[in-house]
Amino acid sequence: MIQQERMIVVRQSEIAHHIFELTLQGKIVQDMNPGQFVHIRVSDSFEPLLRRPISIANINKEANEATVIYRAEGRGTQILSQKQVGDEVDVLGPLGNGFPVEAAPEGGTALLVGGGIGVPPLYELSQALNARGIRTIHVFGFATEDVCFYEDEFSTLGDTHFVTVDGTKGTKGFVTDLLDELKPEFDVFYACGPLPMLRALEGFYPEKKGYLSFEERMGCGIGACFACICKTTDQTEKDYVKVCSDGPVFPKGVVEL
Amino acid sequence: MSRLSIQLPGLDLKNPIMPASGCFGFGKEFGNLYDLSKLGAIMIKATTVETRLGNPTPRVAETAAGMLNAIGLQNPGLEKVMNSELPYLERFDVPIIANVAGTTTEDYVEVSEKISTAPNVKALELNISCPNVKHGGITFGTDPVIARELVEAVKKVSKVPVYVKLSPNVTDIVEIAKAVEAGGADGITMINTLVGMRLDERTGKPVIANGTGGLSGPAVKPVAIRMVYEVYKAVNIPIIGMGGVTNAQDVIDFMSAGASAVAVGTANFVDPFVCPNIIEELPAKLEKLGVKRINEIIGRSHL
Repeated sequence: MIQQERMIVVRQSEIAHHIFELTLQGKIVQDMNPGQFVHIRVSDSFEPLLRRPISIANINKEANEATVIYRAEGRGTQILSQKQVGDEVDVLGPLGNGFPVEAAPEGGTALLVGGGIGVPPLYELSQALNARGIRTIHVFGFATEDVCFYEDEFSTLGDTHFVTVDGTKGTKGFVTDLLDELKPEFDVFYACGPLPMLRALEGFYPEKKGYLSFEERMGCGIGACFACICKTTDQTEKDYVKVCSDGPVFPKGVVEL
Repeated sequence: MSRLSIQLPGLDLKNPIMPASGCFGFGKEFGNLYDLSKLGAIMIKATTVETRLGNPTPRVAETAAGMLNAIGLQNPGLEKVMNSELPYLERFDVPIIANVAGTTTEDYVEVSEKISTAPNVKALELNISCPNVKHGGITFGTDPVIARELVEAVKKVSKVPVYVKLSPNVTDIVEIAKAVEAGGADGITMINTLVGMRLDERTGKPVIANGTGGLSGPAVKPVAIRMVYEVYKAVNIPIIGMGGVTNAQDVIDFMSAGASAVAVGTANFVDPFVCPNIIEELPAKLEKLGVKRINEIIGRSHL
């Protein structure tokens, strides 16, 4: 059930260069699932006007707290990064359909592949998978060392490997370079990151079951404005899907990459 | 007679608030959030004869106190709108205003003739002002002779009153308003979006794939108010005003300028509950103005 709530800032800190971790408290946390996102209005004024879609990185239902991790680069996220403990934030959510945790077979292994600011929703997913007894392997790509985050957090959940474009942390290159090297054994993969990464992954594991989380410029976040449309492949009946309300997670092969 | 009710050709409105076309889909997304029977009416997304997939993305870009969009009239086509979208809305006690778009006069006539037979469609809104398609749309809305002829053609086949949605992208909107009135329009809805462009800071190229997009949101309200004010003086048919409405005061402003009802567009994307919230705020606003019924304020700017 989508609700609007003025959530309270519980914690906020810069965990990497321009990367912020924000924890919000409110009752809509009860409805959240891994892979879903929240649509945040960073200001009560008309500047900026639209909400910012941000994926959910951690869900703590006991404490009614949810954590989001975002890069403060644009106008809106910069305003959000200045929110202090105790401030109210206008949140619409939870939105979209998350990762199907049940797609991983009992006792199996899941490969989680993330790129940059696409990594955060994989944290809640990894916890949910581990809670079901599924082994997780994490392979994450970042631009540089100073924007990497959550290495310790992921390491407690499973094997964690980093790759950076400039080689300042881990292997130098892209996630596919590292996957080529690691040759991990797994049953299903889940991925979130830039389009070129998702495209490369689809081709990399043609025989594996996989789920991809997409990003697209959004307006309303609830499926009404038709801003975040993606063309589908010929295998599907629909001509298009909306990333916000049909996604953001789609089975591999649904969206034309 | 309730305090907020308004009577317009074909439309028995509980209140003057309705979501604007293109900002509410076909209602389903919002129907999951609140009871759509609370609304005065619903202007559904533009319908064309055939299925349209719209423009490439990015389709939206934020601007100062507003946004640009170039969706490109994406819709499932007349048949699917008639068979699945409109029947869904029948469960709510709310009149539907069907926004009609096309490339040729024949397109408009075909959609109008058929969609006006749907039981819950109480009026049509001819979209002669979409700035985001290459053919049709705005070309009908910028020439008074062509606009009048289109209205005449549609009036011959429509089973319900016909409203015409005007474009602000003209030298003289009053001239177009008079032309559609002369063509037999039962009402005017205004304004559609203003053609604009935003450039990418790094590349210097347009952000929106279509290049240009339609500007909406609070930034356009003064333009819309001015145009409603001018058209109200020049025509004798009712106006449904819109352009940057986000709260009850905006509604009062549009009605003061001459609108008989008000549509809410972009604000639905910011706050999906904005329409019911405005409806709830209105009685207190009227109280403050010392007004018993909302229709008393229509055109008060001109007194």
